[in-house]
Amino acid sequence: MASLDMINIQKSFGATKVLHDISIGLADGEFLVLVGPSGCGKSTLMNIIAGLEEPTVGSLRLAGRDITQVEPSERNISMVFQSYALYPNMTVAKNIEFPLEMRKVEKSVRAERVKSVAKLLQIEHLLERKPRQLSGGQRQRVAIGRALAREPQLYLFDEPLSNLDAQLRLDMRTEIKKLHQRLSATIVYVTHDQIEAMTLATRIAVMKGGVVQQLGTPYEVYNKPANTFVAGFMGSPRMNLAKAQLVGDNGSLALDMQLGERPRVRIELPPGNDKLRAYVGKEVIAGVRAEAISLARDGQVPLPTQRLVDAHIEVIEPTGADTLVVLDIGGNEFTARLEPDVALKPDTQARFVVDLTKLVCFDAQSEMLIG
Amino acid sequence: MADSHSHGLRASRIALYAVLLFLALLFLMPVYVMVVNSLKPLDEIRSGNLMALPMDWTIEPWLTAWSSAQIGVQPTGLRPYFINSFLIVVPAVAISTLIGALNGYILTQFKFRGANALFAAMMFTVFIPFQIVLIPMAKTLGVMGLAGTVTGLIFVNVVYGLGFTTLFFRNYYAAFPGELVRSARMDGAGFFGVLWRILLPSSAPIIIVTVIWQFTNIWNEFLFGASFSDYKSFPLTVALNNLVNSSTGVKEYNVHFAGAFLAAVPTLVVYLVSGKYFVRGLMAGSVKG
Repeated sequence: MASLDMINIQKSFGATKVLHDISIGLADGEFLVLVGPSGCGKSTLMNIIAGLEEPTVGSLRLAGRDITQVEPSERNISMVFQSYALYPNMTVAKNIEFPLEMRKVEKSVRAERVKSVAKLLQIEHLLERKPRQLSGGQRQRVAIGRALAREPQLYLFDEPLSNLDAQLRLDMRTEIKKLHQRLSATIVYVTHDQIEAMTLATRIAVMKGGVVQQLGTPYEVYNKPANTFVAGFMGSPRMNLAKAQLVGDNGSLALDMQLGERPRVRIELPPGNDKLRAYVGKEVIAGVRAEAISLARDGQVPLPTQRLVDAHIEVIEPTGADTLVVLDIGGNEFTARLEPDVALKPDTQARFVVDLTKLVCFDAQSEMLIG
Repeated sequence: MADSHSHGLRASRIALYAVLLFLALLFLMPVYVMVVNSLKPLDEIRSGNLMALPMDWTIEPWLTAWSSAQIGVQPTGLRPYFINSFLIVVPAVAISTLIGALNGYILTQFKFRGANALFAAMMFTVFIPFQIVLIPMAKTLGVMGLAGTVTGLIFVNVVYGLGFTTLFFRNYYAAFPGELVRSARMDGAGFFGVLWRILLPSSAPIIIVTVIWQFTNIWNEFLFGASFSDYKSFPLTVALNNLVNSSTGVKEYNVHFAGAFLAAVPTLVVYLVSGKYFVRGLMAGSVKG
C-alpha cells in the first residue's frame, strides 16, 4: 500500500475546463471518497489517477514515484468499474487470474492467489462459472476479487454499488468497509451517493464544477460544511439553511428572521464566534441540521447553548426510525428529526429546542462558512 | 367474438403460408431444372421437356464436368479450378476478416483525430463499382509482379473486401462496452492483448457474418477473376464460363448444369451450416451499432 499525491491537477477538453487545480494528498491506508453531482469531474479525476486520461496540467505521485506519464498497466493501481467489466469469455477464475497472467506471474503463484482471493470474498463455489451466470452481487465480488489478486498499491472504485438493488447495496457497502479495515488498503472511491461517502470514507472530497468544495473527514464535512453547497449536498435530509439578519446588542449577537407575514423570530447566539462580529447588521445564511432541533418538554429550561423556539408545524413525515417534521420558523422552512413516536399534529404550534453548538453561519454573498 | 377473431387469424395464417410456399417453389424451380437436367443424357434434353424427370438416369455429366470437360488446353474438368478457388478464398477471407477486426478495434477504441473521416473513406470502397478499379489494379499487380497469379487474386479480393469487413467490425465494436477494454488495459493487456484476449473471443457472431459474406462474395466473384488471372490461376467462376461458352463442338447442357451446380455447392453448404448465425449476427451489428 502507498500514499497518493495529486498535485495541481487540471483537465480541459478543448475550451471546457473540467478540473480546476486539484491538489489532494492521501496517506497510506486512507479511504478517500470523491463525491458530487454528475458532471462535477469526479470520474475524470479518477480516470486521471488510473492513467486512462492524461491531465492537462499537474502531476501524480504514488508512493513518492511520479506516475504522471506512466502507462495504466504499469502504475500498480487496480480499478473496480461501475459495470464490473468482467470479461464475458472467461470463467470467474480466469477473470481473477487475468491481471496476473498479463504480468507473467508464475502459474503456481497465480493459482494460489486466485484461491486465497476467492476464499476471502467467499466466491470459491463460483470459480468455474462465466460472468453471465452470476447475480449482480456476485459479479461485484468477482470484480473486487480481480482487483485484489494483483495486490496493487492503490485501489480505485468507480461507483461500484450503483448497479445493485437497495438491499444489496447496503450489504456490499459493509463488505467494502470491512475489506478496507482488513487490508488497510489505500482506496479512492467515486460516488454520487452522499451516504456511501459518509459511511465509507476516512476523508471526503466534495466536488462541484471541477473544483473541490471541501476536503475533510466525514465529521467535518457533515458538521462544518465549507459552503452552502456542501451543506445542502451532504446529509439526508439536507441541512436547513435560512437567511437571517445578524444583530448585535450590548455585546451579544442574535439572528433575526422574518419573512412575509410570519411572526419575527430572534435567536440569541452564545458568545464565542468572534468572526461573526464583522457581520453585525448584515445578512447571513444560518444552517442547522435536522437532528439539532428537538421537541421541548413542558417547562424545559434551556442550557446555555440551547434556545427555545416556537414554530408552526406544517408536515409530519414518519420514516420508521425517526419522524421528520417540517416547521415554519420565522417564515423559513426547517426540517427537524424527532423521535419516531412523537405526538404532534400538522397545522399546530409547538415549542422546540435548537442546539446552537450545531449552528453554522455562511456569508450571504460568497456562501462560504464564517468561522 | 373471440372465436371469429381467431378464425380470421387462422385464415390469414393459411393465406400467408400458401404465398410463402408458392414463392419458395418459384425460387426452387431453377434448382430443380438444373438438377433434373444434369442427370439426363444430352439427347433427352434436346428432344424432351426441360421440366420432365430423366427417363434414363445418369451421373455421367457430373463426372465429365468434374474431371474431363474441356476448359483450358487440357481436358481437365472443373477440378483444378475448384482447387484454385479454394486457394484464393481461404486466405483472402482469413486475411480480410483479421484486418477488418483490427481496423474495427482501432477505429472504435482509439479516439484519434480523423478516425471518422478515415472510416468514411474506407466506406467509399463499398460503393466503388468493380469496373472502375480494373485498370489501376492491373497496373498495381503488374508492378508487384503478381499479375496472373493466385496470390494476385488473393490481394485484390482482400483489398476489395476490407471496406465491408471494417464496416462489420467497427459497428460491432462500437457497441462493445468500453469499460471492458479499459479494464483490460489496466490489467496489463497491450494493444494486441486486448484484441486477442478480450475483443475477438466475444466476436463470434460478427466473425461468422464476415466469413460468410466474404466467402460468398469472393467465391462468386467473376470480373477480377476474368481480368487478373491466366489459364493456370482461373477461379472456378471463370472456368465455368469457359466451359459453358466454349465454341467448339456440341453444347453439352447436362454437363453445364452439373458444372454450375458444383460451383454453387460450397456457398450453399456455408449458408446451410451457419445461415442462422448470419441473420443473428447482422442484427447484432446493425441494431446496437
